[in-house]
Amino acid sequence: MRGPGAGPRVGPGGGISPPQAAKDLRATLRQLVGRLRPEWGAIVASVLLAATGIALVVIAPRIIGTATNVIFNGVLGKTLPAGLTKAQAVAYLRAHGEGQVAQLVSGSGVVPGKGIDLTRLGELLGVVALLYLVGAVFSWMQGFIMAGVAQRTVQRMRRDVEDKLSRLPLRYFDSHPHGDVLSRVTNDIDNITTTIQQGLSQLLTSLLTIIGVLAMMLLLSPVLAVISLITVPLSMGVTLLVARRSQVQFGAQWQRTGSVNSLVEQTHTGHALVQVYGRSRKVMEDFEKENQGLYEPSFRAQFLSGIIQPAMLFLANLNYVAIAALGGYWVVSGSMTLGDIQAFIQYSRQFTNPITQIASQMNMLQSGLASAERVFEFLGSEEEAPDLAQSVVAPAPIGHVLLDHVYFSYQPDRPLIEGFTLEVEPGQTVAIVGPTGAGKTTVVNLLMRFYEIDSGHIYLDGVDSQQLTREEVRSRFGMVLQDTWLFAGSILDNIAYGKVGADPEDVLRAAQAAFVDQFVRTLPEGYETLLDGDASNISSGQRQLLTIARAFLADPAILILDEATSNVDTRTEVLIQEAMARLRHGRTSFVIAHRLSTIRNADSIVVMDQGRIIEQGSHPQLMERRGFYYDLYQSQFTAALDVAS
Amino acid sequence: MALIRMMRERLARYRGPVALVVVLTALQTAVGLYLPNLTANIINDGIAKGNISYIWDTGGLMLGLTLVQGVVAVVAVFWASRISMGVGRDLRDAIFRRVLLFSAREMNHFGTPSLITRNTNDVQQIQLFLQMALTIMVGAPIMMVGGIIMALTEDATLSLLLVVAVPLMAIVVGTMLFVAVPQFQAMQVKIDRINQVLREQITGVRVIRAFVRSGYETDRFAVANANLTHTGLRVNRIFVLAFPTLMGIMNLTSVAVLWFGGGLIGRGQMPIGNMTAFLAYILQILMSVLMAVMMVILVPRAEASAERVNAVIATVPAIASPPDPASPPASSGRIELRNVGFAYPGGEHPVLEGLSFELMPGQTSAIIGGTGVGKTTLLGLIMRSFDVTSGGLLVDGVDVREWALDDLWAQIGLVPQQAYLFSGTVGDNLRFGRDGASDAELWHALEVAQASDFVAAMGGQLEATIDQGGTNVSGGQRQRLSIARALVKQPRIYLFDDCFSALDAATDARLRAALKAETRQSSVVIVAQRVSTILSAEQIIVLDGGRVVGSGTHAELLTSCTAYREIVASQLGEEAAA
Repeated sequence: MRGPGAGPRVGPGGGISPPQAAKDLRATLRQLVGRLRPEWGAIVASVLLAATGIALVVIAPRIIGTATNVIFNGVLGKTLPAGLTKAQAVAYLRAHGEGQVAQLVSGSGVVPGKGIDLTRLGELLGVVALLYLVGAVFSWMQGFIMAGVAQRTVQRMRRDVEDKLSRLPLRYFDSHPHGDVLSRVTNDIDNITTTIQQGLSQLLTSLLTIIGVLAMMLLLSPVLAVISLITVPLSMGVTLLVARRSQVQFGAQWQRTGSVNSLVEQTHTGHALVQVYGRSRKVMEDFEKENQGLYEPSFRAQFLSGIIQPAMLFLANLNYVAIAALGGYWVVSGSMTLGDIQAFIQYSRQFTNPITQIASQMNMLQSGLASAERVFEFLGSEEEAPDLAQSVVAPAPIGHVLLDHVYFSYQPDRPLIEGFTLEVEPGQTVAIVGPTGAGKTTVVNLLMRFYEIDSGHIYLDGVDSQQLTREEVRSRFGMVLQDTWLFAGSILDNIAYGKVGADPEDVLRAAQAAFVDQFVRTLPEGYETLLDGDASNISSGQRQLLTIARAFLADPAILILDEATSNVDTRTEVLIQEAMARLRHGRTSFVIAHRLSTIRNADSIVVMDQGRIIEQGSHPQLMERRGFYYDLYQSQFTAALDVAS
Repeated sequence: MALIRMMRERLARYRGPVALVVVLTALQTAVGLYLPNLTANIINDGIAKGNISYIWDTGGLMLGLTLVQGVVAVVAVFWASRISMGVGRDLRDAIFRRVLLFSAREMNHFGTPSLITRNTNDVQQIQLFLQMALTIMVGAPIMMVGGIIMALTEDATLSLLLVVAVPLMAIVVGTMLFVAVPQFQAMQVKIDRINQVLREQITGVRVIRAFVRSGYETDRFAVANANLTHTGLRVNRIFVLAFPTLMGIMNLTSVAVLWFGGGLIGRGQMPIGNMTAFLAYILQILMSVLMAVMMVILVPRAEASAERVNAVIATVPAIASPPDPASPPASSGRIELRNVGFAYPGGEHPVLEGLSFELMPGQTSAIIGGTGVGKTTLLGLIMRSFDVTSGGLLVDGVDVREWALDDLWAQIGLVPQQAYLFSGTVGDNLRFGRDGASDAELWHALEVAQASDFVAAMGGQLEATIDQGGTNVSGGQRQRLSIARALVKQPRIYLFDDCFSALDAATDARLRAALKAETRQSSVVIVAQRVSTILSAEQIIVLDGGRVVGSGTHAELLTSCTAYREIVASQLGEEAAA
């Protein structure tokens, strides 16, 4: 029976994920083995237990064979007159024309006249029972230890992955789709868990069983063993032949599943469009075609992979008949005992089992290795440069910021910010404006050292931010973004996130300042209200207020605010504006601005378009220049004023 | 049980093949059960009597039967695959067909991602289950009953051992399932938790670093990680106990067969070959018990999937065409609301209440208000995504509930909030509402939608490929293509749901000017968040708290409507509202 894995996985035939293979099998395997190193002791113990347990279970049929002989000899012995020696009995049988039975008797341990030796039978069976019992206990202990090995190994891997997440540069998250990163750290890890948990134990037992059984078979009868071995390449050949064909069909099935899925996805996502634009019938026709297209290869894949089982059974039976017939002939001719044949038949049955098992494990192993490769690739990605060792003593934060000839680009061949210089006195406000998608967050990225500047300097309170640790830099800033990030936890925890070791009074004060307190008090659980995964149980405006409260609690010298207005009802919008204004009071702020009042009263305005800083100055200065800002301001803001006045 | 009900319905089409599979499986099992009998004969009549030619003859017979068994098995698998994959296909068809009829209420109820999962993963689970059921499960009871009968014919006394072994195995398996299944569920919860933390760490990476809380996150993760490991260990340790136990029971049973069988043989009550055959039967019976158990593990998952699939298929859409729809006069596109109210089922407060106004052809009417005041819902009422819960909504003087849905929809050009394009070419997307539109008409629509420049610049122009959802063009381009798609349809009613948001101000202005000329014959309804988008509308309707709190032009509303002034002030500054 298969042990449970971590995630929902379906083997070949059902298939949730398409068959995939690791690109560099050997390197991945080496790394995976390296990950098992801390468990060497347990693994060795497990191997020893497995080897002993299997040896015990493998010996048992041999003894059962002897027990069968005891019974058989008893049956034969009883038919012969008592008092004769074996030689006499053989002669006696020959004389009665029973030549073949005579031969049978001469090859066995028959004592004429004596029935079944129950004492001996009892002894033998007692030993067998003991072997099976001890074998079962060993096999259990082995599994027990291996479960620990697998779980601990994966726990460590998960820990390393999480650790890695905190050391990757922001660039990594911005350049890889979140879904892909998430899939590596979740689905792939789950897949590896399943592979290690099931694969390791089963591979080990299967291999050891094959070795043990083969040894016993050779010991019993080399000729029969060779005959049995013939079926091995035969069954492998059949499996490979069929598997190659079914693999092609499975591939086609995946491809077709993909097109059906994408049709379903589009139709459901654009449901209203499909209906209103009168496409239902056409879409249904398309779907029927795709659906039938999926059915054909699915059926062929299922059928082909379903053939393997009967084919294997046929080969196993072929083998069985060959052994029974040939062995029977040998027993009659006296060169082998009945018990030996019996034992041999049992062995040959045990022999084919692990072989098919290994074959079926290979699929799982392959997909596990592909996952491992993706995880190792993730673990091997480039990390943030470490902070400078001899960091200077950070001065007390007052909120002075100086950007001095800053150069930056996301891609080397596309310079974005060239020689940007800006001095911000404590308490001043910088507005960052520009059309949607103009790259307004770039400045935020550089100030917070989410990205490193290419050249130039950013001074915080007179110290080059490169000289400070990233943590020191970031702890000077408070940030309220449009994308309100809250985690699954209580409202209290989410606000308290702003400051390590904040006490409840601090949190309450911050909540009051950010108008959070009023709405939290209306919730039945108050501050202990649990926000679910995507915090959908409070409105987006309230989420915004929570993040403002968090920034209040952090009490930073410098603020980064995103003044977005979308998706918030009018009343909450007023609260947010008021809270942001309070928060800005007495702090240096960088505001991604959308409001006329903020922009016009800003001490400095940074105008961005297509990722670049194109203009910079105060509102009057920029208006006088009649450049991009002038146009933007005219088209976006004054139209409203004209109509109004 | 949903699974059984579903199988009964879905397999009706495949009654013949299913019967065939059962017969073939029974045949295959019968042969399998007869083989040990032949082994017994080889021993009893061949080996024990030294009859070599009997051994060869019987061996030949066994080989022949084995071949028959193999062929029968292959034919059975053929039909099993046809049935299971066919049922999968039928289920996908049924789900898809049903969802096409759904109204917005059912779509919201299930949610698009869930519907996709139901049509793909859940159906896959069910067809996999059916495949296993037809190949393994059908065989198991036949094997078990047959095995018991054969064992009884070999020796009734020895068969008593089965009375001990089978219930013992059942108890082991039952206990294991009883203990393991809740643990399994617990483990899934812990896996979800780990994934949640990781998801939060990835999406919130900026916030975490801004607040310097990586350490806190690591601790949070470590707890979740330790919890999962703990549960994972427990589950797996239950499972590693099961296999040796079951194998142990099987092995010890065969030891008991030898012991008691030896006694029977010694007393001459049983020929020796029967014991060998008996051992083979016992093995087969116990294996079939094991297989049945493996299937039991598959059942809960397939059952859950069947329930989820059934829920979709059994859902009757809340909105459908009336049995005898009214035939409306030549369409003008006039929309009239008479005291319209709308509440979601079970919703305490109505979303919309007492709305009465008219939207006239040739006029642009704008609807504005904060989030959640029901602007999009109002559009949904016009195109019958939802039905009014009080009052009436008339298009061309006929209540929308009396229109045939297809006729009503033919009047409407919808541009949704999320501009969505389908995979295909630009041309395919534009012709979505009118297959016969000429290239010239498409280009004209693109001109109006301010999209001709970038489409002309795309390699292939109208033949340029669009990815699913339109992800290979920018948000602004997507919105403009989605507007052009509505224009190609030349409808009487345009519904623009806040679809100018990704356009820069200049493009927005040009587009609205061009639209004005193009839509002179139609009613235009614009839902907007941005005041600047609707300044020039003939009629602005301000919604607040589900009611109309003002209607008129921008200038009129500035003086008459406080809510409108607040909105203007918050977006454009106090000066604009003054």
